[in-house]
Amino acid sequence: MRTHSLFDRQTILVLSLLAAAAILVPTMNELPPPGSALHLSDHLVPLLGKYVCFALLALSVDLIWGFSGILSLGHGAFFALGGYAMGMYLMRQIGPRGVYGDPILPDFMIFLNWKELPWFWHGFDWFPFAALMVLLVPGALALVFGWFAFRSRVTGVYFSIITQAMTFALMLAFFRNDMGLGGNNGLTDFKEILGFPVQNGSTRIALFVLSVLALASGYLLCRWVVGSTFGKVLVAVRDAESRTRFLGYRVEHYKLTVFTLSALLAGVAGALYVPQVGIINPSEFAPANSIEVVIWVAVGGRGTLAGAIFGALLVNAGKTWFTAALPEFWLFALGGLFVFVTLFMPRGILGAAGDLWERSSQKLRARRSPQPATHAAE
Amino acid sequence: MVFLRNILQATVLLLGMASAALAGAYEEALPKFANDSYVDTDAAIGAIAGSGNPLSIDVVESLRDGRLLVGSGQVFFRRTSGELVNAATGQAWGNQTGELKPVRVNNRVRRAIEAALGSLTLLSSDAAKRLEAARAVFRSRDEATLPTLEKAIAQEGQPHVRNVLESARAAILLSKQDALPIQRLAAVQTLRNRGDQEALALLSNLPSQAPPEVIAAAGNAADGIRTRLAFWEAVQNVWYGISLGSVLLLAAIGLAITFGTIGVINMAHGEMVMLGAYTTFMVQELIRSNFPGLFEASLLIALPLAFLVASSVGILIERTVIRFLYGRPLETLLATWGISLILQQGVRTIFGPTNREVGTPAWMSGALDIGAMSLTYNRIAIVVFAFSVFAILLLVLRYTSLGLYVRAVTQNRRMAGSMGIRTSRVDALAFGLGSGVAGIAGVALSQIDNVSPNLGQGYIIDSFMVVVFGGVGNLWGTLVGAMTLGIANKLLEPYAGAVLGKIALLIAIIVFIQRRPRGLFALKGRAVET
Repeated sequence: MRTHSLFDRQTILVLSLLAAAAILVPTMNELPPPGSALHLSDHLVPLLGKYVCFALLALSVDLIWGFSGILSLGHGAFFALGGYAMGMYLMRQIGPRGVYGDPILPDFMIFLNWKELPWFWHGFDWFPFAALMVLLVPGALALVFGWFAFRSRVTGVYFSIITQAMTFALMLAFFRNDMGLGGNNGLTDFKEILGFPVQNGSTRIALFVLSVLALASGYLLCRWVVGSTFGKVLVAVRDAESRTRFLGYRVEHYKLTVFTLSALLAGVAGALYVPQVGIINPSEFAPANSIEVVIWVAVGGRGTLAGAIFGALLVNAGKTWFTAALPEFWLFALGGLFVFVTLFMPRGILGAAGDLWERSSQKLRARRSPQPATHAAE
Repeated sequence: MVFLRNILQATVLLLGMASAALAGAYEEALPKFANDSYVDTDAAIGAIAGSGNPLSIDVVESLRDGRLLVGSGQVFFRRTSGELVNAATGQAWGNQTGELKPVRVNNRVRRAIEAALGSLTLLSSDAAKRLEAARAVFRSRDEATLPTLEKAIAQEGQPHVRNVLESARAAILLSKQDALPIQRLAAVQTLRNRGDQEALALLSNLPSQAPPEVIAAAGNAADGIRTRLAFWEAVQNVWYGISLGSVLLLAAIGLAITFGTIGVINMAHGEMVMLGAYTTFMVQELIRSNFPGLFEASLLIALPLAFLVASSVGILIERTVIRFLYGRPLETLLATWGISLILQQGVRTIFGPTNREVGTPAWMSGALDIGAMSLTYNRIAIVVFAFSVFAILLLVLRYTSLGLYVRAVTQNRRMAGSMGIRTSRVDALAFGLGSGVAGIAGVALSQIDNVSPNLGQGYIIDSFMVVVFGGVGNLWGTLVGAMTLGIANKLLEPYAGAVLGKIALLIAIIVFIQRRPRGLFALKGRAVET
């Protein structure tokens, strides 16, 4: 078993591209005058930031699907829960600047004629607590859900279906006004984060850079996990679950750990997403969203980590372009993408590129040192 | 005995008073309309209704519709045909003299009109009108109609009209100040036998000065009715549950076949249902424009066509996409999801994003009343249809060679292949069968749901839950799963609300899967992994 060094060629490439984005986007937004060809307009910064958050979400899905064979069709739920935790903090920061001007109660509670803050809203005015909840809520859900599911060996499509049921149930729950989280409209009209106005250009740039940093750290974390012995066992579980179990590994512990870790990453992605798009509502829980995340990973290349990032950026950029230029055809394109990628590119774009690279370099090597193949086997 | 004699005397007295009032009452009351006073009009209505004159019903109806006219001290009414009639004589009044003004009405007069019409039509020769009138009297509880009511009860031949007439009399007697206690007790008994929400309202709002034994009896009767209503409500909920379960069964049964045989989740299954519904729409459009006479049979014509359309699309999908993904269930799931997006958008592009109108044939509209609940015919039709589809599929799987092959492949694909079954052909046919069943489910669902491109999306998660809960490889599992989920959903609804009930059910299924990861009716086998 070959152990990867943490900083292999792919990692260095991904990190330098992310670093370039973190430097280029703010400079192109700030320095060149508006109208210049190099200028990045203000509305593009949060859009790119949104893509970066999606990339982190895709990364979390790739970690469990690509390396442990767990296909979650409910990862949007962890993303949305992280987002709601951040949204609650941002709601509390509005303070008396809401439409109704109540210093404590958010507008929608006044609208529903509530008299006091529900218990679970307490503490969210303090950022460290909210940040803890961003991790704790999705993590706890994943831990409980995964513990039940993996312990009784719910695998394959059955697991996929019940994760879908989970996010569907959460969507129904969050649509209710009685849930105390804004119901249909969700949480919105945010004013400031940590004292900085959310709408400001500089805040948006800071959020973008933070998102890129989070993505880079998430990528490094995943790379470290899959490179470790723990990661090797995960791959073994993916390829032959029963055999791994017979070898004496507690498969469910491995699965549970990586599932929870993945949920944490998704929660962080959601928390960074909300201040940049300015709203979180129950439609984020929609099962269709979670399935879309899986296709990002599949397009980029399942089990490559870098592919997940690449796929998320590519598909979302395509979505933005399509829904503006040819709105009728977006679902055709997305549906076609699902079919095409699963049929013809099972390893995604990066996987296919990797194969091509491998083959050409083999040819190159073969031309340089024309030795018989049997020789190499020794 | 004293009581009985009292009743007899009272009845004789009442009848005597009524007949005494008959002579000339009509002619006496008529001029009062000309006074243009609401009080007089009110009094005149009462007198005319009690007069027994054959013209009285025309007069009161005309008054209600503003067709009762006065002019130069005489009263006329205009028939709906436009003919002017002298109300006193009933003669046509061709040459109109002077200006005619309609008699004005206010709310008080309108109430009097309703009550009067109620008592007048009580004696109509049309049973439906008598029934209607009896119901009106039951609601108005006008004491003045009592004599007419007694007369109507005495000559009523039809038992169901008679029941309503008697309960109307009971409603009046119950609140009548001078009714005898025994009459009131009988009234309580009658209302108790009627046993619906209205009777309950009457019994629980008894005037406080009623005799104590009547109040006690009414309390008992009200309790009895409450128990009866609670029972029927439970029955009704179970029926709603069976109805929802049949819908789930229809939507899920095709999925169970494809999932059972091929082991893949067909995310585009909901879209097959949608295609079936749109086929129904197309069939109805064609029938409307070309053969309007066939509309009653449109659903029956749509059934085979929907099966054909959906199963051909299904086989096409299987041959072009799914075939290449065997052994990779998760990828199949993604690919079929992509297909579902394409189908949805395709239908949206062709038919537009809005709901399309699918009509209901006359034989499916209306409702059947059983006890205190009413079952709509379209729901009954869907329940019957779902069970028929289930039975036919069961027979197909049990007695045809295709069914034998499908069962063999479901149980052990490699063994079936070794025995000479062409498994890939069976896969395609099973997929076609499952999709076709989804198509005919679409015909049924077009009757109770909106036919829009999103039709399938609404059913897909529920169908999965049914299949996962019931287990694959056995249609009985699907039946039990669908009915359990349907009934549990409807029984939870009154307590938890629709949304919370559904959430509770989803959580229950998630927990259930922990206990039985392969569903209720799992196939027994030795395979470590599927």
